[in-house]
Amino acid sequence: MIDRDHIVSEDELNAYVDGELPADRRMIVEAWLTTHPDDADRIAAWRKQAELIRAHYGAVADEMPPQRFNVGRLTRRRYSTMAAAVAAIVAAFVVGGALGWTARGVEAARPSDLTRFTAGALDAYRLYVVEVRHPVEVPGDQRPHLDAWLSKRVGSPLRAPELDKVGLKLVGGRLLPGPTGATAFFMYETTAGERFTLYCGRTSDRDTALRYTTGEQNAAYYWVDGDLAYVLSGPAERDKLRAIAQAAYDQMDRRMPPQGG
Amino acid sequence: MKSLSEFHEHIKVAIPALRRYARALTRDADTADDIVQDTLVRALRSEHLFHGGDTRAWLYTILTNLNRNRLRTLSRRPVLAPIKDSDAATGAPESGGRDITRALDEIAEDQRSALLLVVLEGLTYREVAEVQGIPIGTVMSRLARARSQIKAYLDGERPTLRRVK
Repeated sequence: MIDRDHIVSEDELNAYVDGELPADRRMIVEAWLTTHPDDADRIAAWRKQAELIRAHYGAVADEMPPQRFNVGRLTRRRYSTMAAAVAAIVAAFVVGGALGWTARGVEAARPSDLTRFTAGALDAYRLYVVEVRHPVEVPGDQRPHLDAWLSKRVGSPLRAPELDKVGLKLVGGRLLPGPTGATAFFMYETTAGERFTLYCGRTSDRDTALRYTTGEQNAAYYWVDGDLAYVLSGPAERDKLRAIAQAAYDQMDRRMPPQGG
Repeated sequence: MKSLSEFHEHIKVAIPALRRYARALTRDADTADDIVQDTLVRALRSEHLFHGGDTRAWLYTILTNLNRNRLRTLSRRPVLAPIKDSDAATGAPESGGRDITRALDEIAEDQRSALLLVVLEGLTYREVAEVQGIPIGTVMSRLARARSQIKAYLDGERPTLRRVK
């Protein structure tokens, strides 16, 4: 009784792993995997490959880029005379050597905020999303109190974004320990009971691009706004997560006036 | 209309990710940084050609093309086998790290690039299709081939683990 539409192709298995499938096909793939252990094994192997690649190369983005990548310097290159070039080389050795030496231990050992926040957020998501009776400390109907409390503890003004337009109601929030200290955690729910969480803490990261990470069943979008890093976590459904992340990001941009000059 | 400084800012914030992608694409730190520098120089030189859109995707496109050109040039020269840094030097605690770099060596350049753009750089299939200048269906078949070859390589290299249920 197998419907032709229900035969899952190799391409679809890949798209499933990468969070590129629409919800209806995703459910079909999930059902397929329960009865096709070989495909489930392959998917586990592909995820492991991705983890290995990220574990091996992810930290490169935390290294200090070489001085020669300075955008201002690259655009001014024409002016360099021989003497300036020699001086620059000497300076690069001295400065680069000193920076490289002191930064060496720290940068090599510490994973990026992207890695740390995403891991923390997905752990918190998995822990609390199944919680029926006590998913939050402060319920969503006490929004002003929740925002004020978490802003104070995290040490930067933040608010639970309003996500009604993308079909999400605020369940509430709680305070969690995170990679950089106190971290705010908001939980949202669809009318169907599907849960999404937003994890937010202070960062010195300046890479603001939306970054997608996919795990076993869940996925996360990471971004930075001002001095705060945000991670939106939810079921591994890339388009939907992205739309929610975008909605949350747009509100922050509009509602948060830049601090200071 | 994008201001010049905004354009430069977008390029600047993309540099760490470009270095990561280049390192994985070439598996050699010096070669990777040379390609990133060429990418930056080219992007800054041709900024008048860039009319809005996603700066990041555009930079990935330049880098991917430069690396492809480099490999074409290399293929016409005598082969020099690079001496790889030991895994200890990279500080990666993951013992499988060495295997995955060798596995990446095994697959074709276009497949490697597609896989890295998706799993390491977080691009969507649509964005990868733009970077590589191919239809989305081709992106998917490149990913599928890359993954199955890496799996075959890793499975062959290690004793297979017994499944315990």
